[in-house]
Amino acid sequence: MEKKLPNIEIIEKYCKGCHICVEFCPTKVLEMKGFVVSVKNLEACTKCMQCELRCPDFAIRVHAE
Amino acid sequence: MAYDYDKWIRPGKLPHIWCPGCGHGIVMKGLIRAFDTLQLKKEETAIVSGIGCASRLPGYIDCCTLHTTHGRAAAFATGLKMARPEMKVILCGGDGDGTAIGGNHFIHACRRNIDMTYIIMNNYIYGMTGGQFSPATPTGHKASTTPYGNPDPNFDIAKLAIGAGATFVARGTAFHAAQLDKLIVEAIQHKGFSVVEILDDCPTTYGRRNKFKSVIEMMNRLKEISVPVKAAEKMTPEQLQGKVLTGVLYKEEKPEYCEQYAKVIERAQVGK
Ligand SMILES: Cc1ncc(C[n+]2csc(CCOP(=O)(O)OP(=O)(O)O)c2C)c(N)n1
Ligand code: SF4
Ligand code: SF4
Ligand code: SF4
Ligand SMILES: [Mg+2]
Repeated sequence: MEKKLPNIEIIEKYCKGCHICVEFCPTKVLEMKGFVVSVKNLEACTKCMQCELRCPDFAIRVHAE
Repeated sequence: MAYDYDKWIRPGKLPHIWCPGCGHGIVMKGLIRAFDTLQLKKEETAIVSGIGCASRLPGYIDCCTLHTTHGRAAAFATGLKMARPEMKVILCGGDGDGTAIGGNHFIHACRRNIDMTYIIMNNYIYGMTGGQFSPATPTGHKASTTPYGNPDPNFDIAKLAIGAGATFVARGTAFHAAQLDKLIVEAIQHKGFSVVEILDDCPTTYGRRNKFKSVIEMMNRLKEISVPVKAAEKMTPEQLQGKVLTGVLYKEEKPEYCEQYAKVIERAQVGK
């Protein structure tokens, strides 16, 4: 069965590039591109929501459905 | 569970003013999740703050808010709660606001046991004004006003609250983000004065001076020093050296101030 991938929404104008989501994503899905975060490896996402939970800036949201 | 952050953010207010990696944003999100969990009504919820970076929080939340003067949030909130006892009143602010200039208001609000919840964001420093030491700056740590290390012993804010008579006292951290809303929910549900001390990070004025290379290092330190109260029961004093306890630290039931005051009014009306 094919795994349903989430949609990771990054609100670039809110992202301050603090690295928190990059560092605490357990499967290293995210990376920094310049000063904002971007999705490097969506296939590895386990929808654990750690990035959304920890971002101080409301800049990353995981839509799992 | 998906939380409705958008519902509680005042339209057009993001991005907020806090620095990259500042824990105040993590605390604000925890507070919103707590509001969302409790399904609070905006018109029956008030957040009252003093002055400082932490005290900017109510400006972003779409409910009844009061941004008052430095250290005086508890006094304004007491007036509000006594006039509108049916409202949920949340106090919030920093370690400087709450334990230096506002220390007296803080301890007397605890003593009175008025039904409100105080979220105190302890980043060990006066962030807003450039990093002067606060009563919560640990001994030996650096601030702009203690460049050779702070000679003063620091307050344990949670212990101070317990000593002063608060009837619910908990501690969380900006690292343990998932626990924040749970602690805040319990604090709001408690009848009486509840305090949630949140160990927080200020990378800009505290981290920089105290040799933290990044906000990630600051987060990892919060993880390392924290011990849940239950786990601490099985640890020796040596093992607990340099650690801080997290979770619900104290809870008791005591008469609540607004109700006691209502009885005074009743007695006065019958003339004895
Ligand atoms: C009466 C008065 N004294 C001093 C100040 C300057 N002042 C503004 S914020 C602040 C300290 C804030 O520290 P804290 O409450 O820990 O908040 P943080 O910025 O660290 O989040 C001070 C001393 C003021 N605004 N008003
Ligand atoms: S949901 Fe979890 S696995 Fe997916 S990007 Fe966020 S932190 Fe990484
Ligand atoms: S945690 Fe938020 S602000 Fe920080 S880099 Fe990630 S998306 Fe940007
Ligand atoms: S100065 Fe410190 S407390 Fe203030 S916004 Fe910046 S990181 Fe946060
Ligand atoms: Mg502070």
